[in-house]
Parts: sequence; structure tokens; C-alpha cells
Amino acid sequence: MPALDTTPRLDDPDALFAALVAAHSGLSAEASRRLDARLILLLANHIGDTAVIAEAIAAARATGEDAPCPPFP
Amino acid sequence: MPTYTSPIFQAAARPGRETRHRVVVAGGGMVGLTAALDLARRGIAVVVLNATATVGAGSRAICMAKRSLEIFNRLGVGARMLDKGVTWNRGEVLFRDRTVYRFDLLAEEGHHFPAFVNLQQYYVEEYLVDACRASGLVELRWQHRVAAVAPAVGGMVLTVETPEGPYRMAADWLLACDGAHSTIRAGLGLDFVGQVFRDRFLIVDVVMDAAFPPIRRFWFHPPFHPDGSVLLHRQPDHLWRIDFRLGWDADPEVERDLARVRARVARMLGPEVRFEIEWISVYTFRCRRLERFRHGRILFLGDAAHQVSPFGARGGNAGVQDADNLGWKLAAVLGGSAPERLLDSYDAERIPANDENILHSTRSTDFITPKSDAARAYRDAVLELAEHYAFARALVNSGRLSRPAVLTESPLNTGDDAAWDGGVPPGSAAIDAPIGESGWLLDRLNRAPGFALLRFSGPEAASLPEIETIFVTPAPQAGALHDRAGLVARRYAAAAGDAILFRPDQHVAARWHRFDPEVVGAARDRALARSPRAAQIEERVHAGA
Repeated sequence: MPALDTTPRLDDPDALFAALVAAHSGLSAEASRRLDARLILLLANHIGDTAVIAEAIAAARATGEDAPCPPFP
Repeated sequence: MPTYTSPIFQAAARPGRETRHRVVVAGGGMVGLTAALDLARRGIAVVVLNATATVGAGSRAICMAKRSLEIFNRLGVGARMLDKGVTWNRGEVLFRDRTVYRFDLLAEEGHHFPAFVNLQQYYVEEYLVDACRASGLVELRWQHRVAAVAPAVGGMVLTVETPEGPYRMAADWLLACDGAHSTIRAGLGLDFVGQVFRDRFLIVDVVMDAAFPPIRRFWFHPPFHPDGSVLLHRQPDHLWRIDFRLGWDADPEVERDLARVRARVARMLGPEVRFEIEWISVYTFRCRRLERFRHGRILFLGDAAHQVSPFGARGGNAGVQDADNLGWKLAAVLGGSAPERLLDSYDAERIPANDENILHSTRSTDFITPKSDAARAYRDAVLELAEHYAFARALVNSGRLSRPAVLTESPLNTGDDAAWDGGVPPGSAAIDAPIGESGWLLDRLNRAPGFALLRFSGPEAASLPEIETIFVTPAPQAGALHDRAGLVARRYAAAAGDAILFRPDQHVAARWHRFDPEVVGAARDRALARSPRAAQIEERVHAGA
């Protein structure tokens, strides 16, 4: 039983996407990276469950064009 | 004028006809002297060979942790260190020009020793030398260096170099406390496993009259040293330790230049502070250990066995805990009350303990010196959040400060046979608590020469072989310790009828909610690595005697 819930859960996905992009406006690449890091740390603490976060890290690593392997066989 | 003048000890004469020695300690530094004094306190005569004629140069390991102080107190030198040293429990972390957070390592009352005492290593060694001499059982041979070790029946033959030329001595047991560049380790061809960090640090000891409080201060990227980190500690004698991270590209020769160091320190302290520089050291470090610390009758302790970064004060304090762990075991083997295999538990207990130190030290180093842009972004994000959110403070890692190792997986432990709501589980070092009018629990445990059983009940006639029974009661009672503040019961989560067995190094061996002399005897035998059969023979000998 996976701990990470990857079913669609967002009530307004477009608004969330816009909010994430807006948060980075006017920031340098470096500052942007730190903002993301702060955001992830805040969310990780809110989740508070190491297993969920480890699965999220694995899922993030396994997707994307530079992923070492495809997400699921 | 330097704040400290090293005592110069007369070189020991080269012996003519040499007798055999049961225990030889190679290296008279902090760890070797602690091991020698521990054995002397247990009645074992020891020869210490030290390459130089004095104590170590430079302040070196300055942060004596609570557990080390308790061990030093058991050995009779704790009070002197507490008197001379600078007591501190608090620390402060700064990022750029702002304080990120403050912490208190010992937020509760009712402990004899503080979280830390800062004391230059040369004082620690001098006090240990004095106590070794006073013991009458430690022979200190200055300017004698072990050059080679050859195996021999029942032990080994050492080749020892002296100013008057070499000599040979036979030894049953050798404690290799000869530091990170151990010649004994090299002679045996033993390699370290672990890693070297590509970074350089500068230590400066500065004499000044500064009004800073006695707390540990750690800066990440301060305005006066924008590309690195800085650590500040107060020591006795108006001496301050400043540790600058320089980076891997720094040239050690250039960085040692006095004028350059002066300018660096002046940028930190400001133009109005007058100071004198007493000691400069540029260093790199390693986080690594030997695969095993016991090699037959040669046992490795301290830096000769394992090395860490200085962040967290886990080097010297680990070595003192090595000596604490080994002393009673070797004494038991030499005294015939335990088989030689008890010494295998030195590996079983101290390897996991030192792996814990290596892990913490490596993680601290990775936080202090990020190895990638992503690591740097996360590190800075943690520091930015820490000023505002308590959760992020737990992520700030400027050194996880030395805590006593919990020997959870030790084969010497007897596991709980019933549920305990907290307290001090088997494998943990004893926790101190006030007793009587002005006494301390650990002082009382110290007076038991071997194993001690703490029973939470009124005194009764009870005699257990090789175990001293100590009764603890909530109200004053003759023949029992008075748990005045109730902290013994609270810290050990103990109720009436409970019993806790302590090893001679004050670690909990076992605990029970009811007292059964046979079960206690079995736990003692387990902690001495006696086989059940050997234990039965031992019992018969006792019954016969």
C-alpha cells in the first residue's frame, strides 16, 4: 500500500499552478531555487511522514526527461 | 606571555633488564591517560609510553561533554576540570548578520555536570598525569615511543625507542592510543574505512578581554567572513577559540601567516578589541575508522581507531568513552572474572557508537559545507526558515553535539522482560540525579567497585555475589539513598519494587519490575560474557567458598 496519494486531489489546479509561478516572479535563478527549497521544507514538515516524503522523492526522481528510469514498469 | 606553560617531564631512563608487563599503553594523550587511570583505579598496574616529554601542544579538543566529565569524575579528576573549565549549556546560530536561533542543551535541573565544560586539552592531560602519578600504579615513561610490535606467545614484544637508544619489552596487552598517525596501526598494516573531506579550516586561539557570554556561537556566512562559517568558543584564561572555514582552495602556508590571521580576526572582533594570538592551526579532517578495534591482544582507542570532524565535539569525547568501555572489561579479564571474549564486546559496542559519531559528523560537515548548488539552496532555505519557524531549527546542523552512546544492540544487554514507560533502557549510560542532602547518584554508583544493583525499596538483608546492592527510597531511611527530589524514580521511570543493574562503567545492563536474585545473576553473567556453563561452575565455586 503506497503511502503517497497520487490521485487527483486539487480543487482548482489552474489556480495552484498560477500561484506557484507567481511566487517566483522577479526572483533570480538562485533565489528561486531557495524559494522552492523553503516551500518543500514547509510542506514536508506539514506532511510529517517520512515514508510519504520518501515516496514523493522517488516519484519525482523517476519522472521527467532526465529520469534514470521510467516511473513504473 | 603565553597563558600556559607546558610541564616538562624528565625522560625515563632506558631500562636495563626489562620485566614483562601485563598492560602497556602506547600514547600518553587524553585517551591513553584516561585508559591508564581507569585501569589503575581497578587495581591494574600499567606502563604508559609517550613519545614526547610533555602534554599535547595547542588547546585541541576543548569541549568536554557531560558524559566525559562524569567519567573523569569517576576517575577522580572531574571536580578539578569543572573548577578550571568554562561551563556552558547554551548556543547560538547566526546566518549572515542575524541570529537564527538559540538553544539550551541542558534545560533541566538536578545534574552534577553541565552539558559541556570548555577546557584546553593540555589541562585535561596535566590533571590526568597528576592523578596517574598519585595512583602509584601508572608508570609514565616520557620520550619512549613504540616503534614496532612483534607477536609472541601470550602477547607481544615491543621495540621502544628512547633518546638513549632502543630497547625491547614484553607485554601481554597493548592499548594503542597513539593518535591519528598511529605507528602501531601502520605497523599492522591496518587501513581506515571512510572518507576525507576536501575542505580546510583555520583554528586561532586568541587571548582577549571580551564581554561575550560563555556560549557556543556558530555563524554561517557572516559579514566578516562572507564565504565561510565561523565557530567561537570561550576557554579559561581569557582564551577564545575561533574556527574559520577557509575552503579547499586555501593555501595552508599562506593561511598560517601571522599578519594574515591577525587581519582575519580583527575583521571579526572589530577595531576596538585588543587581542593576542596564542595558537594557529590549519587542518583538514577525515570521517573514518578501522574495521575492527580489537586485534587479538592489541586494542585501538581514540583517534588511532576512529576520526571525525571537530563539529560536534565527537573526537576526544569518543576516545574517553572508548577508555571507559574498555577499562572494566580488561580488568575483569585480567582478574579472572570474565573470559577473554568479553573484549570482543569492545568492538560490538564501540564500533556502532563510533559509526554514530561518524554519521553525525559527516552530516554536520555536509550541512556546513554544501557539496552542490542544490545542497546550498536547501541549507540556506533551512537557515532562512529557522529564524521564524521552530520546525526548521531542528534541521540546522552546525554540529550535533556529543551525547553518550546508547549501546542498544550490545550482546551484553539483557532485554526488558516487561513494558517500561521510558526511563533508561539497557545499553544506556546512567543518568545522574540528586540524592540525600547534597549528593549525586553517579557518585554513589562510583563507590561500588564493580556491578551495582539499584533497588527501589527499603533496605533488606540481601547479598548477591559480585554485585553491590543500593537501596533507594522516597523518604529518608537508614541504609538507603534518599531520592530527595524524586528525580531518581522519575528519570529511571522506576516504581516501588523495581531493580536496575549497572555495569562497572555505569551503563544499564538490565532492569526489572521485580527482584529475582537468579535473574539478576544471569544478567551479570551475560554482561561479563560468561557462558551459562562457565557461570554454573562459577556459582559452584562461590557455593564452595
